[in-house]
Amino acid sequence: MTEKEKTPPALWIRDLSVEFRGRNSTVYALSGLNLKINKGETLGLVGETGAGKTTAGLSVLGLVASPPGVITGGSISVAGKEIIAPLTGDEAELVRKRWGEKKHRFDPGVKRCVSEEEMMEMRGRHVSMIFQDPMTSLNPVITVEKQISEVISKHTDVSGSEALRRAGDMLELVGIPRSRGKEYPHQFSGGMKQRVVIAMALALSPELLIADEPTTALDVTIQAQVLDMMKKLRDENRTSMLMITHDLGIVADICDRVSVIYAGRVVEHGTLSDVFDHTLHPYTKGLFASLPDLENRETRLKPIRGLMPDPSIRYTGCPFADRCDEASEVCRKEAPPVYHRTEDHMTVCHLYRDKADKKGMRET
Amino acid sequence: MRNENPQLPPGAEKKKSRFGDTWKRLAENKAAMAGLFFLLFLIFMALTADLFFDYQKSCVDLNIASRLQWPSAEHWFGTDEFGRDMFARVVFGSRISLSIGFAAVAFGLFIGGIMGAVSGYFGGAIDNIIMRLCDIFLAVPMMLMAIVIVAALGTSILNLVIALAISCVPIFARIVRSAVLSVRDAEYVEAARAIGGKTGHIIFRYILPNCIGPIIVQTTLRIAATISNIAALSFIGLGVQAPRPEWGALLSGGRNFIRDSSYLATIPGICIMLTILSLNLLGDGLRDALDPRLR
Amino acid sequence: MAKYIIKRILYLIPVLIGVTLLVFFIMHLAPGNVAQIILGDNATPDQIAQLEKEMGLDQPVIVQYFRYLTGLLHGNLGNSYTTGASVTSEIMARFPYTIRLTVVAAVFSVILALPLGILAAVRQNTWVDSVSMIFSLIGVSMPIFWLALMLILIFALKLGWFPVYGADSFKSIILPAVSLGFMNMASIARTTRSAMVETIRQDYIRTAYSKGLSEREVIMRHAFRNGMLPTITVIGLEIGQMLGGSVLTETVFAWPGVGRLMIQAINGRDTPTVMGCIILMTVCFALVNLAVDLLYGVFDPRVRTMYR
Repeated sequence: MTEKEKTPPALWIRDLSVEFRGRNSTVYALSGLNLKINKGETLGLVGETGAGKTTAGLSVLGLVASPPGVITGGSISVAGKEIIAPLTGDEAELVRKRWGEKKHRFDPGVKRCVSEEEMMEMRGRHVSMIFQDPMTSLNPVITVEKQISEVISKHTDVSGSEALRRAGDMLELVGIPRSRGKEYPHQFSGGMKQRVVIAMALALSPELLIADEPTTALDVTIQAQVLDMMKKLRDENRTSMLMITHDLGIVADICDRVSVIYAGRVVEHGTLSDVFDHTLHPYTKGLFASLPDLENRETRLKPIRGLMPDPSIRYTGCPFADRCDEASEVCRKEAPPVYHRTEDHMTVCHLYRDKADKKGMRET
Repeated sequence: MRNENPQLPPGAEKKKSRFGDTWKRLAENKAAMAGLFFLLFLIFMALTADLFFDYQKSCVDLNIASRLQWPSAEHWFGTDEFGRDMFARVVFGSRISLSIGFAAVAFGLFIGGIMGAVSGYFGGAIDNIIMRLCDIFLAVPMMLMAIVIVAALGTSILNLVIALAISCVPIFARIVRSAVLSVRDAEYVEAARAIGGKTGHIIFRYILPNCIGPIIVQTTLRIAATISNIAALSFIGLGVQAPRPEWGALLSGGRNFIRDSSYLATIPGICIMLTILSLNLLGDGLRDALDPRLR
Repeated sequence: MAKYIIKRILYLIPVLIGVTLLVFFIMHLAPGNVAQIILGDNATPDQIAQLEKEMGLDQPVIVQYFRYLTGLLHGNLGNSYTTGASVTSEIMARFPYTIRLTVVAAVFSVILALPLGILAAVRQNTWVDSVSMIFSLIGVSMPIFWLALMLILIFALKLGWFPVYGADSFKSIILPAVSLGFMNMASIARTTRSAMVETIRQDYIRTAYSKGLSEREVIMRHAFRNGMLPTITVIGLEIGQMLGGSVLTETVFAWPGVGRLMIQAINGRDTPTVMGCIILMTVCFALVNLAVDLLYGVFDPRVRTMYR
């Protein structure tokens, strides 16, 4: 075992399934998602809108809206600490006895291994999240310094004025004069607001930062500034990071590893060079083909045809089959096998079934 | 999110099924359905009252021998101080309450709707004048305004309708105006204008269909409020006059006998409450059905 | 903000003038000769003409109106047609009773409505939600005067806990205030619930949870202030409703307030008193709405910067 593997991963999600059970239909947001972030590393989670990226981030913090959200299976552990684990056979038996066989609306399929108090302790202090839209993720009626200091006073014993002072420090760290802390969110521009959100998320130097499309809502020029700042702060604090994005450029810029997510499951995972230079999955290839090529501007963009699959359908075969140029009959019928090109680089696709792992799904 | 394609009015791609969808959502709402059925039952009773009861006998003639009898098999709701059957009086009362309520709100909606549409669509000075007028009407608590109008015009059914209609006008004018404003500059209306749509066509084809939701909901709720106001006006002696058996008037009459014949005041009140409750349930249901996002 | 307040107060003036104009002309539509009413059926035409001249009733309506308006600016609301007393002093003698009743009713309704609405929103789609919303729905559907009668029947006549009418003890305000405030309580609770439901869905609530705050802290610190914005508007409107509703409550409970005075004045064709009551109620309503706007500034910094 190498030194790296002895320290538990900052985040390890195994086989996570999340459903949103409405009155008339169920949306399968995640169907067996696997993710692993080593300590100090940044993992990019790439996929289209609706692929389940945000749900993945929220389920780590235990903030999936419930109802209608239900975690039906899998496990999550943060820095070696189990948060959610699948039910053992005995426990599942108990649940069946209590609620019967029918799919109960609140049937968890998993157990929470930590109390709500422990979860609260974890949120903001050990795991923070930056949300997609800075325009709406700050409370409009509270000053920004108060909103930052709130997380400090919640988790530490410092006095109110000390918390405010440290909030001011954080503001300066993200490049906002501390005097502006007395102002309200509506007095800031979008980029400034996102800086405030970042200051809030990093106020207690959490070990894990989940950034959900932190720059999507910003202007391109501001995007670069914010990204650079996040990179700097991450490196200073040795923060592990889950970077949720649909932008491969950001992945190339900031991530160590990439997981490509499609219809609630990871279809390809590897280091930057694995995924960028030895692309395996047709969907990942499609993502690259739909990027403009700056060196050869003559080539036409090749978008992926079709739309995201209907999330209220449970696929038996490969969910990408309908949009895939290389799909064959088997793709629509059977679940695709896992193939490991190297120890780190894997994909889930029928194209590689001849070389696929004998033992089926291997943890990534 | 709600409207991915700004070129289309919300729900336009499913134009035909829009009414059907709303109805389906409404039908799923048990409370709203209960309200609707109670209202339909009331309307049925009000329309067919003459088949079951004799107006002259139950509302005009006196029968002192059987006065102030508590509810029994013979007189379901008891008899009043003149020995008239309360059940028949309550049924005839529904006729008055419902017809004045519907008439006043329809009248108010008509006037207010035109004012609001004109105000919202044309804007400028017309808008300003109409809205300031509404401000003046809304500055006086509604009940007081109705009282003053009835007091000045005299207590006839027509004046009651006018007074109650006037108190609805500014509310409808404001709702229609803001609904018109919210869609007037919407992209799909601009698109319709850009391809050369005529004003009238735009108003009827694009603007009105998208205002209809809040108007329907508010109409239902206004009818409820108006029925309550009719009863209130009758109660203080400014509404429907004896011997007409309006619910508020019945209640007012029963008030004098509350110590020993409390059913006289209780029963009409329950009728008013159930009617208003039904309208409110239906109104809430309609609001949820028309805008499922809210629930 | 000060500039904004002044602007708002200045805007009140044309509205109030409009109201006086409106009510004056509506009252003028009333059939019957005022002098005749005052003097009674036995008056000779000469006496009537004499009195009309004294009162200025022989002049065009518009002139009468301007004379009334001039008086109003000096705080003079004219003299009652029925008692001859100064309307201002008559109204002022009754006004404290109406204020007391409305304030108690408003406090009662707000204190009950806010927790009810917040609880229903936080426990959305549970039995807590259903029960409190059914309760509120019945509340908004209950006519004030009927509720008043039922309260009298149960708590005054049957149980004897409270007096049937009058305004002489502390106990005597309970039933009128409850009957006046109940409907508004229900209505405020419903608004609070829907405002809070809307607020709880906002992204910043999720942000607040992601900071590790407890549900209680999120609701009280983050959701409450935002959810209050639509609610205080409705509270203002509901207080206006209560001013109107006080006419009914005061009549049922024989409460010696302005509302009851107004009904007596209407029955006696006493135009100056009716006018006075309406103007007073309208001013109160306008002041309540002004207070609501100021509260908006307190609750919402965006409003504050807008009018800085």
